[in-house]
Amino acid sequence: MEKMSRVTTALGSNAISGRTMFCHLDAPANAISVCRDATQVVVAGRNIFKIYALEEEQFVEKLNLRVGRKPSLNFSCADVMWHQMEENLLATAATNGAVVTWNLGKPSRNKQDQLFTEHKRTVNKVCFHPTEVYMLLSGSQDGFMKCFDLRKKESVSTFSGNLVCNNSFMCQSESVRDVQFSMKDYFTFAASFENGNVQLWDIRRPDRYERMFTAHTGPVFCCDWHPDDRGWLATGGRDKMVKVWDMTTNRAKEIYCVQTIASVARVKWRPERKFHLATCSMMVDHNIYVWDIRRPFIPFATFEEHKDVTTGIVWRHQHDPHFLLSGSKDSTLYQHMFKDATRPVDKANPEGLCFGLLGDLAFAAKESLITSDANRKPYPGGDRRYPMFFFKKPDPTEQFAHVSSALSVFETDLDSHRMDWFVKTAQLYLLSGKPFAELCDHNAKVAQELKRPQVSTTWTMLRIMFSDPANLATPGPNHNLGKLGTLPLMNSFSLKDLGSGMGAESRLERSKGESRQDNIHLEPGNSYISNNEENEETEGSEGHPEYMFGDAELDDDDLYSMEHDNQTEEQEYTLPQEAFQLRHEIVDNPSAPEHLQQDKADSPHVSGNEAEVTCLTPIESFSLISISQPLFSPHLPASFFCPIVREMLSYYAEQGDVQMAVSVLIVLGDRIRKEIDDLTQEHWYMSYIDLLQRFELWNVSNEVIKLSTCSAITCLNQTSTTLHINCSNCKRPMSNKGWICDRCHQCASVCAVCHHVVKGLFVWCQGCSHGGHLEHMMNWLKSSAHCPAGCGHLCEYT
Amino acid sequence: MEVQDQESVGRWDRLGTRDPSSRADAIENICQEVMRKVETIGPIPPVAPLSPASGSPPGNDLNDILAHVLMLSRRCPFEDVRERCSQLLRNIQDLGIRIPRPLGNGPSKFIPEKEILQISKVDSRTQSIFEDAFAALGRLDNISLVMGFHPQYLESFLRTQHYLLQMDGPLPLHYRHYIGIMAAARHQCSYLVNLHVNDFLQVGGDPKWLNGLFEAPQKLQQLGELNKILAHRPWLLTKQHIEGLLKAEEHSWSLAELIHAVVLLTHYHSLASFTFGCGITPEIHCDGGHTFRPPSLSQYCVCDIANGNGHTSEVNPDYAFLKDMCGEVEVLMERMKQLQECRDDEEASQEEMATRFEREKTESMLVVTSEDEESGPPRDISRHFEDPSYGYKDFSRRGEQVPTFRAQDYSWEDHGFSLVNRLYPNVGQMLDEKFHMVYNLTYNTMATHKDVDTSMLRRAIWNYIHCMFGIRYDDYDYGEINQLLDRSFKIYIKTIVCSPEKTTKRMYESFWRQFQHSEKVHVNLLLMEARMQAELLYALRAITRYMT
Repeated sequence: MEKMSRVTTALGSNAISGRTMFCHLDAPANAISVCRDATQVVVAGRNIFKIYALEEEQFVEKLNLRVGRKPSLNFSCADVMWHQMEENLLATAATNGAVVTWNLGKPSRNKQDQLFTEHKRTVNKVCFHPTEVYMLLSGSQDGFMKCFDLRKKESVSTFSGNLVCNNSFMCQSESVRDVQFSMKDYFTFAASFENGNVQLWDIRRPDRYERMFTAHTGPVFCCDWHPDDRGWLATGGRDKMVKVWDMTTNRAKEIYCVQTIASVARVKWRPERKFHLATCSMMVDHNIYVWDIRRPFIPFATFEEHKDVTTGIVWRHQHDPHFLLSGSKDSTLYQHMFKDATRPVDKANPEGLCFGLLGDLAFAAKESLITSDANRKPYPGGDRRYPMFFFKKPDPTEQFAHVSSALSVFETDLDSHRMDWFVKTAQLYLLSGKPFAELCDHNAKVAQELKRPQVSTTWTMLRIMFSDPANLATPGPNHNLGKLGTLPLMNSFSLKDLGSGMGAESRLERSKGESRQDNIHLEPGNSYISNNEENEETEGSEGHPEYMFGDAELDDDDLYSMEHDNQTEEQEYTLPQEAFQLRHEIVDNPSAPEHLQQDKADSPHVSGNEAEVTCLTPIESFSLISISQPLFSPHLPASFFCPIVREMLSYYAEQGDVQMAVSVLIVLGDRIRKEIDDLTQEHWYMSYIDLLQRFELWNVSNEVIKLSTCSAITCLNQTSTTLHINCSNCKRPMSNKGWICDRCHQCASVCAVCHHVVKGLFVWCQGCSHGGHLEHMMNWLKSSAHCPAGCGHLCEYT
Repeated sequence: MEVQDQESVGRWDRLGTRDPSSRADAIENICQEVMRKVETIGPIPPVAPLSPASGSPPGNDLNDILAHVLMLSRRCPFEDVRERCSQLLRNIQDLGIRIPRPLGNGPSKFIPEKEILQISKVDSRTQSIFEDAFAALGRLDNISLVMGFHPQYLESFLRTQHYLLQMDGPLPLHYRHYIGIMAAARHQCSYLVNLHVNDFLQVGGDPKWLNGLFEAPQKLQQLGELNKILAHRPWLLTKQHIEGLLKAEEHSWSLAELIHAVVLLTHYHSLASFTFGCGITPEIHCDGGHTFRPPSLSQYCVCDIANGNGHTSEVNPDYAFLKDMCGEVEVLMERMKQLQECRDDEEASQEEMATRFEREKTESMLVVTSEDEESGPPRDISRHFEDPSYGYKDFSRRGEQVPTFRAQDYSWEDHGFSLVNRLYPNVGQMLDEKFHMVYNLTYNTMATHKDVDTSMLRRAIWNYIHCMFGIRYDDYDYGEINQLLDRSFKIYIKTIVCSPEKTTKRMYESFWRQFQHSEKVHVNLLLMEARMQAELLYALRAITRYMT
């Protein structure tokens, strides 16, 4: 005791110190509580009830309160609270319905002081009055709250949370999940219930609550009064929300709401920080979050140490915001230092970017960056840029809340066909349903027609590499997955270099005429510009290795010696032509991945420059021939190529042509799938599907989902699997069997022209709601202005 | 043939509408259709009756239709349909065609038909629930009829079942029905199996799968193990089982699918308990629900005679016992009152409380359930699962040390709900409502007594079932169970929950003799939901452990 008092005085000058530390408990903890002077913490659970001293470097076990040979259920604690006035006094709520008080000043080993067994069910919560020494409140599963005077043997008053039974059939007893005395109002306490209600009681009036409101859907697991602000009550519920209520007004008003990712088990206001509170969850999520309630979308700080759900959190000292203690099901007790917390906001991308359907681009970034950049670099030619600024009220004292972003929307020319190639490719590619070689050929042709020779060549090469059926069975021997994982796949998404980013936007508009594979990602970090000088450089360096993979690993002589072994293969080669064409095209549509730092003021029109670059470097043309010419060598199993193909796929993905990566992945199927780690594949699939859906290519995206082998992707098709239709006659929902409405017994969607059931595209007039087969309606309305159903409505087909 | 099937399905469906005129249209259509069919095979009947087994396909087709019409004439919630169907059957009979007649009387073997709600005489709320059920499924099954004693619950039950089987969810429709079949087959519940075989085929399931689990996709076969453990010894479920299902290359389950499957499995296991517990008879239009043979004494269903449900013997054996047992309810009420009062005076020591649970758990094992008829299940049902010998084994008797499951550490309200709702939205909410509903359902009556607080009794039943599964509530004094539940009742509970296929009418009758049938159905609802929750808790706990 001497030591404790010494520390108490030391704390007067706010001198708690320590570090992030933890200790192992013998059993999972259910609740923790800290004594007033912040030197000791009590941990309670089903099989544990101990007091630990908080020392500079470690937790030291001071006392084991769980004594006796065969501890009774009274020691099995659901909750524990240390009295904030009387440092020897503790109360626990036992799972068997007992409320027990403990006096640490007792000389005997068993410190149990009083035992109240008035509750019939598990007691979920005990709470001492903040200023009154002898007053203890408990809330139980049986729907009652009891107030005990510790000087007496039994409760002084009982509060029933049950609603008045106005329905004789249903008289539910609602469990009390939490009770909390108000910090400021002497007589008030709040109770939260399993049915989502929160009640306010006056301790002097046990007959009826003062006020009741529904705070959450589903149980309200916890509530906490704001330590400083009289009227604020925070509640957390199973519906994954934390809500802050202003109780000063007549009706409880929700003033803040934080949406978390799992049900909220505990909520505790952070001392000395008016807008901060800490939460932890009961299921799935193990982290502790500290939120700034004014910024509910991202936690202010996160503590990620626990490996199982956190069951108890408490701030170490009433006036020190830097120490948080927590107990967990994983049988550890932690002291978290606030300075060691993870700050999710640091990792969050502060810039947001989004494409509109028509190629518009919205871009949000820190306001300071935007303005300075805009000033530095005004856009010529009257660009359509509409900056909109959203400011939050700046509060210099809070580093976290001070956020302001600017949102800019860039419109693009509606006539631009920049993404045409993407849409066309997506629609024309064949991903399944034919032999492998045919798929490749088909896709190569598609790419060729869209003037994307690199892609086209890749398809052709893939066919050559993998089309020997003898080699298909052998899996790739080289699993270089580790290497792949480290590739910065999505670096094209990072928006680090904002300056060049803004520059790219202007270029983006000017390069609209081109059909380029790289345009798919128009984010500013990657500024592609078709610039001829650049192209020539990169053909030799960057683009080259992709084609030249054979040179490094294959002996050219070997390849040539194989040349005419296989008669059947030979006829497929129309190589000279292809190669020739390629030479032109390659210049036209460079695959240069180089990031341009300089913005060329007059971006040349590509086709105009074709002539300048007709002659390629000799290496380039040679490489094309040398790769496609030699026939497949039986000495080289398909798996031999896997590492190269894998690199190629990553290359395409990095370039932003995730379409190519995914298409190849699907077409190659098992040949390559094992070579690429699942996460990367999933990432590609997700990106491609997202893109397809933005272009409303629903069919293609569905096909991709169906063909994908990632479980996470195929899952996408398992949600929202139901389509509800209403009968066109009686406007009632149809049952899901057949085409006949079960209410009015008419065929639901009959074509007004041919009077048959429409089992495909159904088009109807929004004026008279008659319709039918798309073709029939088109033809009908070509010749007639009236509705084919004869209703007299003047329909119009546009 | 395929097309025809589709058509006929559509035809029956149209009867579900609430609009009388379109319903009349539909029934008229059916009548014409049936009469046309009858006329086409008109000349055959004189020959056919002698060889019922070798009926030609059109005849069989017609028989199916006639069976369906018969079902409608008895079970359709719409009076006009019932009348029209009966009339149709009479007309056909007049033409000299054999018409089917229902086997057995009423939806339940245990409850005399006259006690069960008459479809024609229900209040408007129940009527509307029945109509909804009929519209959704094209039939009003016997389970719903029996549950009709408790319309509030029935509504919640049907909504959940409808959502599980027909609404948005990760599993394809035929998978859902197949899982239902698997689960029901585990308990040899031919009623549910037949019902869902029909549904399974109707949603386009592959008939080959019905030959046995080995014909079903690998993915479903893997579920067999989970099905087995959940049905009989859910406490043995570990996260390794879950991992095995989730990580099985191309046959693996996704978490959402698994949750859906688990909910379906537990739903049908417990529904099988209810089916046996209430002695639900086969649907009229399913196999075993009707016969084309003319009534003759030798053809009576044996059980009918034994159970006093036949036409001739209307003597209810209950009457004989009534005199002896008239004190039973009063004794029970007295005990409840005593418990209520004594609670504060006499506080059992904590150790005593702990041992009481163990004793109750152990004792529940010793309650002898079977009438030692250890015959294997009939072949046609056992093919839907493997390892037919695997059953509920009393864990303490076999010396296995299974740690007690503490309800406070993993409860439905706090943990289970969140997990289910996260992975299978809306279902958590529905199950939550259903559990709440059944737990709190009371009419404040006991037999003939009014204004009784039955919460104590209900809680004892609920906790007794959880106790059999090793789930312990710290805040419950298991001594109460011994006071409130007598031995015959315990035998009944134990049989229903652990091996429902062994339920007999004698068991049903020997507990709570003075109570009304509606109250016994109420008990069955409690048993069913408590069992479902217990199984779910074990399954969800395993999944949670896998996830952390």
